[in-house]
Amino acid sequence: MTSSRTSGTRPRPAVLVEGGTVVGPGGVQRADVLVEDGVVAALGPGLAAPAGALRLDAGGCYVAPGLVDLHAHLREPGNEPAETVETGARAAARGGYSAVVAMPNTEPAIDSAAVVRDVLALGRDACVEVAVAGTITLGRRGEHLSPFAEMSALGVRLFTDDGRGVQDPSVLRRALEYGRDLGIVCAEHCEDERLAAGGHMHEGAWSSRLGIPGQSALAEEVMLARDLALVRETGAPMHFLHLSTAGSVRLLAAARAEGLPVSGEVTPHHLSLTDAEVATYDPVYKVNPPLRTPADLAALAAACAEGTIDAVATDHAPHPPEDKDRPFEEAPPGMIGLETALAVAYGALVVPGHLDVMRLFALLSWQPARLAGLTGAGHGGPLVPGAPAHICVFDPAAHGVFDPASGASRSRNTPFGGRELTGAVRHTLVGGEPVVIAGEAQR
Amino acid sequence: MSGAPRHLLSVADLGRAGIVEVLRLADSFAEIAERPIPKVPTLRGRTVATVFFEASTRTRLSFETAAKRLSADTMSFGTAGSSLSKGESLRDTAETLDAMGVDVMVVRHAAAGAPARVASYVSAHVVNAGDGQHEHPTQALLDCFTLREARAAAGAAADDLEGLRVAIVGDVRHSRVARSDVLALSALGAEIHLVGPATLLPPSLEGWPVKSAGADLDALLGELDVVYVLRLQLERMRTGLLPSLREYSARFGLTAGRARRLPESAVVLHPGPMNRGVEIDDAVASSPRSRVTRQVRNGVAVRMAVLFHLLNGPDQAATRTAAAAP
Repeated sequence: MTSSRTSGTRPRPAVLVEGGTVVGPGGVQRADVLVEDGVVAALGPGLAAPAGALRLDAGGCYVAPGLVDLHAHLREPGNEPAETVETGARAAARGGYSAVVAMPNTEPAIDSAAVVRDVLALGRDACVEVAVAGTITLGRRGEHLSPFAEMSALGVRLFTDDGRGVQDPSVLRRALEYGRDLGIVCAEHCEDERLAAGGHMHEGAWSSRLGIPGQSALAEEVMLARDLALVRETGAPMHFLHLSTAGSVRLLAAARAEGLPVSGEVTPHHLSLTDAEVATYDPVYKVNPPLRTPADLAALAAACAEGTIDAVATDHAPHPPEDKDRPFEEAPPGMIGLETALAVAYGALVVPGHLDVMRLFALLSWQPARLAGLTGAGHGGPLVPGAPAHICVFDPAAHGVFDPASGASRSRNTPFGGRELTGAVRHTLVGGEPVVIAGEAQR
Repeated sequence: MSGAPRHLLSVADLGRAGIVEVLRLADSFAEIAERPIPKVPTLRGRTVATVFFEASTRTRLSFETAAKRLSADTMSFGTAGSSLSKGESLRDTAETLDAMGVDVMVVRHAAAGAPARVASYVSAHVVNAGDGQHEHPTQALLDCFTLREARAAAGAAADDLEGLRVAIVGDVRHSRVARSDVLALSALGAEIHLVGPATLLPPSLEGWPVKSAGADLDALLGELDVVYVLRLQLERMRTGLLPSLREYSARFGLTAGRARRLPESAVVLHPGPMNRGVEIDDAVASSPRSRVTRQVRNGVAVRMAVLFHLLNGPDQAATRTAAAAP
């Protein structure tokens, strides 16, 4: 994917990231990282700081390649009261991200080269790299294919009608066939709208008790099964967004075993929260796909550990309070997540021992970087001399209660407000620029 | 008097002791209705607002009658002609009414949990008068009161409903009445059977205090003390949950033939309004078994008891003062 950022071209003072443990696809080592002219200049223990260098303390921290989010709703153009590219990117930087993929369900939708150019232009001044996903169909109406080639020529790699699944299987079949030669990937929000109709939370014990119409896991699994059959037929690759059920990971695991070109992501909230939270009727817990059961959580964690799941992606979905603070059944679904993703995933996956830190950063950095086609711009590491200095410094020992009011997002709709989180992002460097120092955004 | 909860959002807020307390209070308030002037000064100076975001004349009138018989001032907020049509949020509406110094808000809303949200915004007491498919606690309380009354008439005076065999028949899945009744009846010791097609029973009954759930009404008839017939929303036909009204009536309707197979002493309840000829035969609805008009009559006394209970619990005066402090 072509780089949208211009800020890396300015001359910058050297930065020395000192005393941390460097994590990368190649392994884990105690090392300082010296950054000069936007790239990693040296890596090793006890590096000396050049005169005038900014020294960043990474004692007790993991120093990882910057995180890459496959799934961020930046809301611009069209819903700027919720978020802008600038504020969403700042939230991403505070979350340790060096790049995010902006979802195309904006107003207008990102379904033409013109809108792709607009959003890339907005991203040029943002503090992280902003890549863009395009829609599969015009206006996300599920009828007419978007101009894949024109958008792909501008660097768009992922195409999705996210927020909706492509309901008509013949439309998706044509999208897969037409896109196959372009090197693009169709990404599906699996939700059969007829099966999901009228559901506002996971259908199960809690929905039955609370009297909130439920959405069956079938709505996700039936569409996933259908899509896998289309992948088998067309041979075109597909990525599956925010998978949330035990049944879905079983289907994905079987498809991978069969050798189908498929990948999948899960969100931090589906790894950490269950439908029991909805008992408060607080709409902050309304999200699509809905929060599931403890058995689903366990299956998702196991799938992350076993490699069935390729990425943890935020599905950062900002809504201003006037939209979100409504009765549960009337509130729009969605949670913000860029600033809390790493700590929540660490707490859900590493702390209970499902996987190690290396695998965690694989899920949050280099694997999504590959899926988004961002490795060419140096995202996802490895941090080796000469590589662009996209760096996330994470302190796993930090404990704190997340205060949504202190966040960089324009919206506050996080279910993690007031919750104790394990671990915190200390510094973020993007193209050698320290965009976050000691947790504070620098611009 | 046992401690009263701050709000009545769910039957679970009362628990068994609270339910018994409300029913005992309702006994004494029922007596007021028999007086030439059915009014007492108990809640003089208090204000009860009915805040209905969903149309319901019957429940609103029942609450307003209850408040007036206790000499409370009443206010009525409804969707028609209100600021809601101008896009005002639930929070703004609730805070506005709260700022007027309302003591109790009686809230009806089409969405489950809306009264709980209102309760989180205001200092007034909140009574759930029906929220979506969640609960309708005062309906369940008046049902318990009516069943207790029927038991007493049969010579079995007791506060509880221990051992009473109740079938709740029909659209349990979408029914707030059923959810509240299951909680209230089971708290008082009744044995509950849910009857309906799988499309109209809850997707999961995990944690539900019921003895059975199934589609065979006829197998139960001979041993029931109570048939609680739920209203069938005709909308269920449109959404494909049932093939036809005729088939529903044939399988689950309380017909005269089925009513004859009930034990002599069994009674029939319905939350109203009834679809005669669909879920209940005209003859059964008008038979001596039917307690439907007793339910409506008892509704006023039970709602008086609920208002009194919330406003006069031992800790309530202190709570109110604390809430008003700067």
